[in-house]
Amino acid sequence: MRQSSLIDIISPVMVGPSSSHTAGAVRLGLLAKNVYDEPIEKITFKLYNSYAQTGKGHGTDKGLLAGVLGLAVDDIRIKDIFNSDIAQSIDYQFEYYNDFNRHPNAVDFIFEGQNKMQISGDSIGAGEIAIRKINEFSVKFTGKYNTLLLVYKDVTGMISKVSTIIQAENVNIASLHCDRSGKGETASMCICLDGELQKEAIDKIKEIDHLNMVRYVRKLGN
Amino acid sequence: MNINTFEELETVCSKTNKKIYEIAQENEAQKNDISVQEVRQVVKISLEAMKEAISAGLHSCEKSYSGMSGGDCKKLQEKFATKSSLLGVIFEKITTYALATSEENARMGKIVACPTAGSCGIVPSVLVSVAEEIQADEEEQINALITAGEIGRIISNKVQLAGAVAGCQAECGVASAMAAGALAQLRGENIDNILSAVALAMKNLLGLTCDPVCGLVEVPCIKRNPFLGIHAVTAYELASAGIKSLIPLDEIIDALEQTGQLMSPSLKESSQAGLAKTKTGIKMEKNFYSRV
Repeated sequence: MRQSSLIDIISPVMVGPSSSHTAGAVRLGLLAKNVYDEPIEKITFKLYNSYAQTGKGHGTDKGLLAGVLGLAVDDIRIKDIFNSDIAQSIDYQFEYYNDFNRHPNAVDFIFEGQNKMQISGDSIGAGEIAIRKINEFSVKFTGKYNTLLLVYKDVTGMISKVSTIIQAENVNIASLHCDRSGKGETASMCICLDGELQKEAIDKIKEIDHLNMVRYVRKLGN
Repeated sequence: MNINTFEELETVCSKTNKKIYEIAQENEAQKNDISVQEVRQVVKISLEAMKEAISAGLHSCEKSYSGMSGGDCKKLQEKFATKSSLLGVIFEKITTYALATSEENARMGKIVACPTAGSCGIVPSVLVSVAEEIQADEEEQINALITAGEIGRIISNKVQLAGAVAGCQAECGVASAMAAGALAQLRGENIDNILSAVALAMKNLLGLTCDPVCGLVEVPCIKRNPFLGIHAVTAYELASAGIKSLIPLDEIIDALEQTGQLMSPSLKESSQAGLAKTKTGIKMEKNFYSRV
């Protein structure tokens, strides 16, 4: 069963007007940016359903951009982000869609820079969010846990190699989600952690053979 | 320990002879790997931000970006200054504090989502007004706010607290139920009566749709906040007399979930029906979108 937190219900302190459409959008932007973790040249936001229909009035577009630029949900610069200096550094655009197969408050981020990456997420209520997809892989994390993301060639023993390093750090695994494009092809692993992984452990993980991408995404502050 | 229903909460409270907030803060501390004191510190930050939002809202009549809201809180304060409320000071405070907070939210000011931004005026207006009038100290206010949070948490285990998912019953409706519980805690009611207050408040808001004009958190959201603040007081008054909901609280939450599922998507924050698509609602929408 889904377990929400008491503190989440009576927070965050945020800039209005909507927890799902403003604060949720900021947090989705922040988390997506942390996953991409490279200099951004261009970003396209695809907003779906309620995000597309009512987003403009709720400042959803402002929130998404502010998050990608690293602003927190209570930063009063969100209100006027399109005119702020920090927004002039990147090229951004918004697109609007209806797709009832998607969550009512869904968004795709298409990051372009040295690499291109598509990240999809939902704002699931009361400012809480979930990242559902990175490129073609399904993932599941919410910004509430430090999260390790891996993309690799689907070979035997990968989970064991990674979890051994995590175990040696005495960090507990809260959830583990794997996906792959096909047997022996590209696979992904999304590990939510109860504790903190030190840089040395992450470096050790990076040395494992057959890895294409390693990201350590810190949990969100608020 | 995992508490997923109000029945479980009640059982744990009576077994351990502890209050709802005691169980809730212990569980929250354990889940986040922090101390009870640290949980209370985070709650205190929310409480202080609520009071700041009230104060900011009471002193501002700046319009929102759309121009549809801003200024009503001032009107209400002026009215009460010359002609006091039939229902007394607490009624005056709840209605003005709720409007103050909600107007502040619409002008993209800083508020506390409790549980959501659209419902941000309800819990603070009830909690802060009553605390001021009965001179409850800060620890008591934190106890009440934790009680409200635990109520919202248990509901959200079953129903996502988003208008787009389950309508306004899951936002302002749940906020009013949380406020009723917080108020009952603040008044020193026992667990039975606290949960009765929650049940009575929630039960009488089932079916509330989310049909905001122009898709903005303004019409009807802002004025709905003072209404549902007072609704919470009604629930508390009945519950403290020992009046029970004949439908148990957990079953009311089941009904909330089912009603949300059955509610047309056009009435769930998509602004495709209801108030948003009245003759005047459509006109306001045209005006707004020709401007942005």
